[in-house]
Amino acid sequence: MDITLNWYLYLSAILFTMGVIGFLFRRDVIVMLMSIELMLNAVNITLVALSQAMGNPSGQILVFFVMAVAAAEAAIGLALVIAAFRGKLTIDVTEFNLFKY
Amino acid sequence: MDSVSLIHVILFLPLLGAAINGLLGLFLPSWRDREGLIGLIGTAMVALPFLAFVVLFLGYDGTAVVTRLFTWMAAGDLTVDFAYRIDELSLLMGLVVTGVGSLIHVYSIGYMHGDDGFWRFFAYLNLFIFMMLNLILGDNLVVLFLGWEGVGLCSYLLIGFWYKNLANSAAANKAFIMNRIGDFAYLVAMFILFREVGSLDVSSLIAGGESMDPTMLSVAVFLLFMGATGKSAQIPLFTWLPDAMAGPTPVSALIHAATMVTSGLYLLARLSPLVLLAPGVMTLIAIVGATTALVAATIAITQNDIKKVLAYSTVSQLGYMFVATGVGAFYVAIFHVMTHAFFKGCLFLGSGSVIHGMHHVEHELEHDGHGHKLDPQDMRTMGGLKQFMPATRMTFLISTLAIAGIPLLSGFFSKDEILFKAFEAASFGFPAAWFVWGVGVATALLTAIYMIRAYVLTFEGAPRWPHADRLHPHESPASMTVPLWVLAGLSVVGGFLGIPAIIAHGDLNWIHHWLAGEHGPVAERVFDGHIALALEWALVALGSGIAVVGVILGWRWYTRQGLSFDDALQARFGGLWRLFQGKYFVDEAYEKAVVRPVIGGARYVFAPFDKYIVDGLVNGVAFLTRALSFMLKYLQTGLVPSYAAGIVFGVVLIVWLMLF
Repeated sequence: MDITLNWYLYLSAILFTMGVIGFLFRRDVIVMLMSIELMLNAVNITLVALSQAMGNPSGQILVFFVMAVAAAEAAIGLALVIAAFRGKLTIDVTEFNLFKY
Repeated sequence: MDSVSLIHVILFLPLLGAAINGLLGLFLPSWRDREGLIGLIGTAMVALPFLAFVVLFLGYDGTAVVTRLFTWMAAGDLTVDFAYRIDELSLLMGLVVTGVGSLIHVYSIGYMHGDDGFWRFFAYLNLFIFMMLNLILGDNLVVLFLGWEGVGLCSYLLIGFWYKNLANSAAANKAFIMNRIGDFAYLVAMFILFREVGSLDVSSLIAGGESMDPTMLSVAVFLLFMGATGKSAQIPLFTWLPDAMAGPTPVSALIHAATMVTSGLYLLARLSPLVLLAPGVMTLIAIVGATTALVAATIAITQNDIKKVLAYSTVSQLGYMFVATGVGAFYVAIFHVMTHAFFKGCLFLGSGSVIHGMHHVEHELEHDGHGHKLDPQDMRTMGGLKQFMPATRMTFLISTLAIAGIPLLSGFFSKDEILFKAFEAASFGFPAAWFVWGVGVATALLTAIYMIRAYVLTFEGAPRWPHADRLHPHESPASMTVPLWVLAGLSVVGGFLGIPAIIAHGDLNWIHHWLAGEHGPVAERVFDGHIALALEWALVALGSGIAVVGVILGWRWYTRQGLSFDDALQARFGGLWRLFQGKYFVDEAYEKAVVRPVIGGARYVFAPFDKYIVDGLVNGVAFLTRALSFMLKYLQTGLVPSYAAGIVFGVVLIVWLMLF
């Protein structure tokens, strides 16, 4: 049985949806960050798969940028989580609503 | 060195001196104590340009040299270069400014000794010289304006030099603001001239003057004259100059007597061909000048502060110079600028020397602790200083006689020439000049009287300060007396540069040939006829007679009766005297007519406008936004998941729309 392009795209779609659902419904900020990583990696899979299928390497190069940005985002995100935790002794996202009307 | 590099030297050395003393003094506190070095640098940076001017002067071949350093600004049709012009007029003014300036720098080393701001003082003085040279050498009105504003700034800095006393800062503000009024007129004049001629170079302006619309030209000349009344302290903007005496005395001598206040006359002389095309404005200039001369002279008689007398005397003498300008004898105005720089510089430096000496007495009195207060500038507590300060006394006497117009001293030549020119204008078709001439003659008498009064009250008679039997002022150090002697010498011989036309038909009048000769930069009004030689001699005799009579009268009144003669005058003239002593209540009138309405307007019109209209507009926008968003604001939950849900919903919606 051949592994066709569609398989990759299905995998990516499933991962992305899991990420979205995780981000929307989990209250733990760290898990939400992990969900973001999941979405980014889902996109990475799409990029690599399509790049391979179309014979254009620029998609694979874009993946490196995504990974670099993801690393930076994770570092800043975790730092923010620590800072926020120091203030409120919780990382429940529903506790942070300073911008409420 | 060629003339171009000499111009570089002339311009940049004073700036360099200001930078060295200013920056090192600012950032290196140990520099501030090295008075010798600071004074040496400050003086050298003015004396070397003086030498450069001498070299240029000796080598001048009659053709103006214009040096362009670089383009300052270029926008559309307007191109302004940093261009500097060496010609007869700028050479003469440059020699006076740097020459008298060097002497006053030397004098300041002694006068400012021990002052905390010694470094600051020399930095400001050098900056002033730089700006003044920009004003004199500038080849277009914009560079001239740069210098014009620059000297105003330095004047402000130096009037308020002892800024810890609030009155000094107020005087500085007053000078600056009154000057700004004149500067505004200058600025508008530049706009008009640029619109009409299309260039601001002096030579293009002079060439384009003939083809200008006469009305616009008159307006422009009038506005330039308004600018000159601010800088040169004429009616209606003269009240700042007496207040400017709050500055250190060398400043009064350099800026407020010898150089800066004459820049208005320099401007009019520089543009003299244009001014000649506006005869109506010239009449106005002459009348304003004559009135100022008389008003200031009458005030000077009643003042007791030695520097105030000299300040009003300066205003009065500047009035004479404007008379010369107004009757079309621009070179005579410059001649009087020069002789005035000599004798008034000497008088101011002499008064500084007196104040220096009286300070000593004041300190001794404080030391005694008897509670005696002494104002070191008040002539009522002076008297008899000639035995303690012989050099100051001699030089003060010489320059007093020079300004009074005693024959063969410098003031005699220049003032007589002004009166003669006014008489000539009156005889040949300008009847308004009769008024000007008459006022000028009356003022000459007053000048002799008030100057001799100042001399007698200060140096003659018996000392009037407390404990005069054992407390004596001392003669000032050589760094102060040597400049005094040099200036006194110049006040004696300076007049021979302008020997009047009664001798050899004016062939010996060097300054006339130099400035207003065939190629000279200064134009003059030419009259249809000549005054008969006998009448000219009679006028000279009248001028000399008035000076001599004034001096003798003043001498007799004040040596015999001293201060009580003032009281006698006061009793005799009552109301008139109070008017003079109150300075014609011009300050009070301005207070009522200008200052109060402006403050009232600010308080009752503009403050409410700002508070209710401007602020109301801003607050209204904010209120409107809030009112309109009373429903939408509930979307702003502050919770990250709800925003994220919004984003997901939006993405899904967009994808849906794109696909189906």
